[in-house]
Parts: sequence; C-alpha cells; structure tokens
Amino acid sequence: MTMEWVNAIVQGTLLGGLYALFAAGLSLIFGVMRLVNIAHGDLIVMAAYLGLTVVSVLGIHPLLALVLVVPLMAGFGYVLQRAVLNRTLGDDLLPPLLVTFGLSVILQNGLLEVYSADPQKINAGVLETASVSVAGLSLGVLPLLTFAVALAVIWGLQWVFYHTALGRAFRAVSDNQDIAQLMGLNRRHIFGLAMALALGVTAIAGILLGIRTSFDPSIGGGRLIFGFEAVIIGGLGNLWGTLAGGVILGVAQTIGAKIDPGWQLLAGHIAFLVILAIRPNGLFPRISA
Amino acid sequence: MPEPLLQIAGLNAHYRDFQALYGLDMTVAAGEVLAIIGANGAGKTTFMRSISGLIANGSGQVKYQGRDISGLRADEVAALGIALVPEGRQLFRSLSVEENLIIGGQTGRKGPWNLAAVFALFPILKERRAVPATSLSGGQQQMVAIGRALMANPDLILFDEISLGLAPIIIRDIYAALPGIIGEGMSAMIVEQDISKALSVSDRLYCLQEGRISLEGASGAVSRADISRAYFGME
Ligand SMILES: Nc1ncnc2c1ncn2[C@@H]1O[C@H](COP(=O)(O)OP(=O)(O)O)[C@@H](O)[C@H]1O
Ligand SMILES: [Mg+2]
Repeated sequence: MTMEWVNAIVQGTLLGGLYALFAAGLSLIFGVMRLVNIAHGDLIVMAAYLGLTVVSVLGIHPLLALVLVVPLMAGFGYVLQRAVLNRTLGDDLLPPLLVTFGLSVILQNGLLEVYSADPQKINAGVLETASVSVAGLSLGVLPLLTFAVALAVIWGLQWVFYHTALGRAFRAVSDNQDIAQLMGLNRRHIFGLAMALALGVTAIAGILLGIRTSFDPSIGGGRLIFGFEAVIIGGLGNLWGTLAGGVILGVAQTIGAKIDPGWQLLAGHIAFLVILAIRPNGLFPRISA
Repeated sequence: MPEPLLQIAGLNAHYRDFQALYGLDMTVAAGEVLAIIGANGAGKTTFMRSISGLIANGSGQVKYQGRDISGLRADEVAALGIALVPEGRQLFRSLSVEENLIIGGQTGRKGPWNLAAVFALFPILKERRAVPATSLSGGQQQMVAIGRALMANPDLILFDEISLGLAPIIIRDIYAALPGIIGEGMSAMIVEQDISKALSVSDRLYCLQEGRISLEGASGAVSRADISRAYFGME
C-alpha cells in the first residue's frame, strides 16, 4: 500500500522533469527580456512534429533526430525574435502578449494544415517500454532519461548564465538594457540568442513529449499551462526553482490520479494555486544582489 | 586647425513632444577636457545620452572622428570609442564587480586599460572583485562605473555627475585618479555640480541652461559673475 504511494511520488518526480523542460525556455525568455511567450506550448508541439518528420524521412532514432531538430528550432527562434518579437518589446507588456498569442494561433493552424488533426506519436522502439527495477519499483527508462536530461539542461543553462560571456550578456541586458547597449551589446542580437537557446531546449522537450504520449496540433495550450505553473511555483528567474516547480506539479498530478484518475490535472492546478496563495513569488524567487 | 574629435552642430533632442535640447554647437579636440555645468533639468544628461547613441538625433548633428554618428545605436557608438559613466552609476546588479568591469571591455578595443590596470588605479576593487557590484558603497560603485568605462579603451569618456552623492573624501580620491585617466591622451567631458572642481579639472567650460548653451569659454578665463548669470539665467 505505502509502496503504491511511493511509486506515485517517484513517477510524479520523473514526470516533473518533462514539465521542467517545458518550463525552462519560458523561464529563460522571461528572465532575459520580460517576454511572456503565449506560443511556447505550440512551439513545443511544433518541435515534436519536426522530430516526427525527421524520424520518418531519415529513418533515424528520435534521440538522434535531436541533432537536427535542436539547431532547426534554435535557428527558427533567432529569426523569430529578430524579425518579429523584437519589434513588440518596450515599456508596454500588451503587444508581445498579443503577438505571441497570434503566433500561437498561426502555429496551430499551420500544423493542422500540414499534419492534420490525427493524433501522432514518435516511435522510439524499445525505449518506450523498457524499464528497470529499483528497490521494488519499476521505473521506465524513458521517464528516467527525461529526468536526467532535465537535470542536465537546467545545469547547462545555469552554467551558461553564470560562467560564460553569453550568460554575462544575458544578465546585463536583463538588468539594464540601455547600459548594456553602452557596453557594446546589441540587445536585439542578445535577445535573438536567448530565444535560440530557449527553442533549442524546447526542441528537446518536444521530442521527449512526442515519444512519451501521442500529440496533435491542439495540445500546445496545455503544455504552456504546465510550463507556466512550474515557472511560477519555482519562482521567476530561478532555473533550479523551475525544476522544483516541475517536480511539485508532477507529483501533485500523479498523487491526484492515484486518488481518482479524473483528478490528475485538477490536482496539479490546485497545488499551483495553493502555493501561489502561500508564496505569491513562488518557492524560490531570484534573490536580487 | 586639425579635425576635432567630436563636433556637435545644431543638436536637438526630444522626449516625445518635449524638446530638451535646442541647437547645441560644440567641439572637442583630441586630448581636451571639457566641463559641462548647468542647473538641474538643464539638459546635461540628455546631451550625454545623445552623444552616446541612447537618444537618436537628426543626421549630421553629432560627428565623431569626421564621421556622422547621429543615427548609430549605442552599441555601435561604443565600438567607435565613446564611453559613458552614467549618472547614478547604474551598475549591473546581477554581475559581480569583476564582471561589471569585464563587460565594459566587451567592445574588444585595444589600449592601455584592462582588468589589471583598473585594479591598479582602484586597489579596493581588486579586494572586492567577487562581490555583487551593488553591495559596494556609493564611492566604490563610482569607481566600478569609471573602471567599466575605461575597460572599453575609449578615445572620449563622458562623466555624468562624476561626484554627485559621494562623500567628500571619496570625491577627493576620484579627482586624484582623474589625471591618470585623462592624461593618457583621452578626451573627456565632465558634468560636475561643484563649479570650482569643474573649472580646475577642465580646459574649457560649457554652461547649459534650459536646453541651450548659455556660456562657453576657457576654464581659466571665465569669471564667476558670468558663470552665475549663465547658470541661473539673467536676473
Ligand atoms: N525620460 C524623460 N522623459 C521626458 N522628459 C525628460 C526625460 N528625461 C529628462 N527629461 C526632461 O528633459 C530635461 C533635461 O533633463 P536632463 O537632461 O536630465 O537634465 P540634467 O541632466 O541637466 O539635470 C528636463 O526638463 C527633464 O525633465
Ligand atoms: Mg543629469
């Protein structure tokens, strides 16, 4: 009996890794340029479809497809930022919200046009069903891998942020755009690089999502909500907090589902609201220097 | 006469409908130090932001090394060798002291200034290199702001309110460091409230009043009476 609860918590934790991957890009973009990207979920779905296409055209394993999909999404992110999103940024928060909402609609309809509304799945062979037994629990290799990837991605982003010239530029532009510009940093380019990095992570999230569950063009909104909740629970601008937020969301969902299968999503949202009520800034808001 | 380093001709600046600068004319020769004085709201900060590219200006209004830079972005102006020490320091709060300095060298311009040279000028910064820049005292923050601008190895350095809000002893230290900075052949423009300090450190002086130049002259030649008239306006 207790074993079942432990199992629910462990499975939820691993699921949280996927949510953290949904959230990392959102968190990064908000942190660097105060942009709330409503199209983020649809970009995840777009990455899943790109993965599907690469896998079926080249006949390669979906994890190998990352080698193509990550740079493709990153390049798309850079162009999207320079050509469209940079023009919407300013003192007013509304234009970027409206434009990314419009982008969300365009992406959904575009995907519908190209891939139809039929649910699809990325085939990853034995990876989908393989499991290992640990202390009496049966853990799927895919969820374990997803969690490990989430850890690696968050660690990697954190390293970029605090130990590279690019991360220094991200932080400087985030602190004060005008003064950063005086240092010779072109914020439009820096924002483009931030979006490229965010969509590179989104590519990983999309392919792991597409291997785990079936998807169709309409599911982006739900992924956006999960990512958004994980970011808020963890505290804005804190990447490790985002991972914690993903885990809390995942655990709440699996425990909810264990009580009643219909409660999975509701339990996640309730956990989100409770944490928001107790800690409006999230659990680990960025400590300002 | 050789080509001036900086040539301002008919410079206007606006904040939406409000005009802050009206047809300013000014030249800065290589190696020259100018003092800019004027009451609060006269337009000194706006003037420096215009030169640095943070405010866009009409074409031909700002020429630097013979080139029209009026329409360039601030990062492009920085790359050409103009650095600003902004009013109120404005350090990056997410960056350590050392990172604030390093990012000042982002343009990659060559010259005598690097981390070691800035630490030699302000040894206290070396001690405190790893702490967040905004945890320093006001005076130390000003040292970081100056060091950050020097790291770009500029040909022209703009100091906006170089001593505003600092303790007298810190002001003395900063002025003691100035000859070592602008003695390198760098040109400088210094906004300073303390008029005797402004006169003693500069070759020439400009006074702004409500967006116009109300006085200009050699720092050794302008009289106190002229200055107070230019500063406060007639009567
Ligand atoms: N961001 C702004 N928006 C509108 N007006 C401004 C802005 N900044 C400065 N001003 C106005 O421009 C004029 C010049 O200001 P400023 O250049 O800051 O003067 P100073 O540095 O000499 O004190 C003032 O009247 C000020 O109110
Ligand atoms: Mg000012």
